[in-house]
Amino acid sequence: MPVLRWLRRHLIVIAGLLTLAYMILPNIVVMVFSFNKPNGRFNYAWQRFSLDAWTDPCGVADMCGSLSLSLQIATWATIGATALGTMIAFALVRYRFRARGAINSLIFLPMAMPEVVMAASLLTLFLNMGAQLGFWTILIAHIMFCLSFVVTAVKARVMSMDPRLEEAARDLYAGPVQTFVRVTLPIAAPGIAAGALLAFALSFDDFIITNFNAGSTVTFPMYVWGSAQRGTPVQINVIGTAMFVIAVLVVVAGQLITNRRKNSARP
Amino acid sequence: MTVTEAPPAPPQDPAELPVRKASTRKRLVPYWLLLPGILWLVVFFALPMVYQASTSVQTGSLEKGFEVTWHVQTYWDALSEYYPQFIRSLLYAGTATILCLLLGYPLAYLIAFKAGRWRNLVLVLVIAPFFTSFLIRTLAWKTILADGGAVVDVLNALHVLDVTSWLGWTENNRVLATPMAVVCGLTYNFLPFMILPLYTSLERIDGRLHEAAGDLYATPATTFLKVTFPLSMPGVVSGTLLTFIPASGDYVNAELLGSTDTKMVGSVIQTQFLRVLDYPMAAALSFILMAVVLLMVTVYIRRSGTEDLV
Repeated sequence: MPVLRWLRRHLIVIAGLLTLAYMILPNIVVMVFSFNKPNGRFNYAWQRFSLDAWTDPCGVADMCGSLSLSLQIATWATIGATALGTMIAFALVRYRFRARGAINSLIFLPMAMPEVVMAASLLTLFLNMGAQLGFWTILIAHIMFCLSFVVTAVKARVMSMDPRLEEAARDLYAGPVQTFVRVTLPIAAPGIAAGALLAFALSFDDFIITNFNAGSTVTFPMYVWGSAQRGTPVQINVIGTAMFVIAVLVVVAGQLITNRRKNSARP
Repeated sequence: MTVTEAPPAPPQDPAELPVRKASTRKRLVPYWLLLPGILWLVVFFALPMVYQASTSVQTGSLEKGFEVTWHVQTYWDALSEYYPQFIRSLLYAGTATILCLLLGYPLAYLIAFKAGRWRNLVLVLVIAPFFTSFLIRTLAWKTILADGGAVVDVLNALHVLDVTSWLGWTENNRVLATPMAVVCGLTYNFLPFMILPLYTSLERIDGRLHEAAGDLYATPATTFLKVTFPLSMPGVVSGTLLTFIPASGDYVNAELLGSTDTKMVGSVIQTQFLRVLDYPMAAALSFILMAVVLLMVTVYIRRSGTEDLV
């Protein structure tokens, strides 16, 4: 049976591609249903083709407001977590000092904790402090849980850096600031960028921690959550599709830039 | 950079002073780098845990206020009342983790060894779905698994649903609002967390080891079992942790794709905290979940022998 033999030889490729299809299927559904004109409040069944949602993406109340709030929070959380996380990563890789083990576990723990536990405990803190829940409590929470991921991403990059490059810079009479800005930072940049991108994605998409600590403030994931009960506007699918397309474009652009750099670096 | 608060050095030979100052300055550098971030984690991660511990042994009500009375009974009440949700959470999360491993391994293997020049494209396809908000993607599963939809029709035609109904995974020839839908959603949502660590550890394996195994007359299956899989263990361990931990606390999938019979413990914590406002009960539940997960993770890491992972 040649068919069976072919199947056996390509078993891994077939299984892998099936998994890939499983992963992309919902994105395709989201995309297709962004062109739907639903009958009623929910956008779960196909009715007929329409471009309405694409020509008027902010046509539903409050959705674009929640989207812009999520973008603001994600931006500030990325800046905060990347700055704090990069400093920690450098300290952990470059220096030997006491309490290093304890600090390593303090950074690992937030990643090894179910989100709902962190969310609930942070809320008890805010309630005890009498803090007003909203923008600031969300931002504080997001910086907290993004921090560990940034540290991990930057650490990986800094660990693979050759310290002799910095020694060479110092031998050539570069001051500490000059060495850092001209040598250290450019080499660490891909790690920092990866950490920042991860922080942005995590913050923008977070629901559980935000749900606990947002009070009456509504971020985009919370808007989507609410819409699952009230009725889902097609515009949600438009935003989802746009995010997917933008992400693919950003990754492809990043690939092109690194490829060009590699090519120009060649003698 | 301004460096202050260096402990005043005792008066010394003036020629020696600058050197000593510089070394003190240098010794303090890591602490200055760590200070803001670690302070953030202590205040907004560690301290809240202490507050939660104290809340869990309080009694009282919203109107009269809560007080620490060392009422440990709450923990017992939480367990005896909500043990089905606990067991269900661990069961669903465990099943989803195993499914993620079974589904994710071939794809990670494909990217690491077989994709060739398509490698970057496939990696993009693995990561990119991430960027459509995961709530939107989970809602899309409602459409995919809907009654009378293509998936349910095919499963019905193949009599798969008869078997799964008999096993208690589905009900009345429908998938939505059953355990199967919740596990399907969990598996889907956490797959990338399995694939990426697997891929990283597979990619590090030297391809010549496969050739060597082949030269020593190992069949492909033996090569996989004796060479590839053991060498990918770090990826398997971190992948299963990254899948199991968040899945055990998740309530989004259970709420959107399940029914009241598929509620997970995260759901209970959320309801107790945000709707019932029984803070001691919510805190106790969340502490039990944390303890169970940390215990399982510790045992698992010990047994799989990759303690240097942490």
